[in-house]
Amino acid sequence: MSIINFTPISALSGGLIIGFSVFLFFILNGRMVGISGIASNFLISKNNRIDNLLFLIGLILGPLIYSYFTNQKIEISITNSLFLLVGGGLLVGLGTRISGGCTSGHGISGVGRFSLRAITATITFMIVGIIAVLIKNIL
Amino acid sequence: MSKLVSLFCGIIFGMGLVISQMINPAKVLGFLNLFGEWDPSLAFVMIGALIVSSPLFHLFKNKEKPIFSLNFSISNKKEIDKKLIIGSILFGAGWGLVGLCPGPAISSIALLNMSSIIFVIAMFFGFYIAKLS
Repeated sequence: MSIINFTPISALSGGLIIGFSVFLFFILNGRMVGISGIASNFLISKNNRIDNLLFLIGLILGPLIYSYFTNQKIEISITNSLFLLVGGGLLVGLGTRISGGCTSGHGISGVGRFSLRAITATITFMIVGIIAVLIKNIL
Repeated sequence: MSKLVSLFCGIIFGMGLVISQMINPAKVLGFLNLFGEWDPSLAFVMIGALIVSSPLFHLFKNKEKPIFSLNFSISNKKEIDKKLIIGSILFGAGWGLVGLCPGPAISSIALLNMSSIIFVIAMFFGFYIAKLS
């Protein structure tokens, strides 16, 4: 193991901002941020549909507003084949709804409340993610 | 007012994903590449988010009601069951294959990247299938 591309300052400051959003949503609206829950409830449930939609719109506006004010272009790189993109998307959609949370719902909101259930989920999806990358590297 | 809060929280969350660079799947895959060339950044994002949210959750956990809503709606599920484990395994596999989880995937629609849009459509299809079963 060697460490590369480590960006501790931007990671920590971005994390603090995410934590602030999670706290505001809790204390003002009484809800826990879990993006998979917000997105799937928007799709299948009438409860809080407008709130959920607005949160998702905000998620998309965030990068645009950031780019506008900093004049920075946001670069991302995705190199997967179409088959892996569709397969990966299906697995993420299915998996997060079966387990009731994703990196935000279990990983931040749940772990932040010391929920053993969320801690178990987070450790599980991280280990499996690490194994998936390991297998991909070998193939 | 709760609607404005939802939009605002989404915007801040999306900015956090950009600033932390978690919107870029390459950064996430770097973190999951624990046995290769490892990028620990994602751990610092989680730590940052938890340093803020965790103490504040505990400080306000006995509050009677939230400010702009009638009551707290927070899951108090405790059981660690098969569904939790199987779902987390499926999610972890998809996450490791592409490097996108739901938040960054949706935020990255802003960049009009065709790959991430395809991923998001498949993800919503996954939400729908999970609902049917």
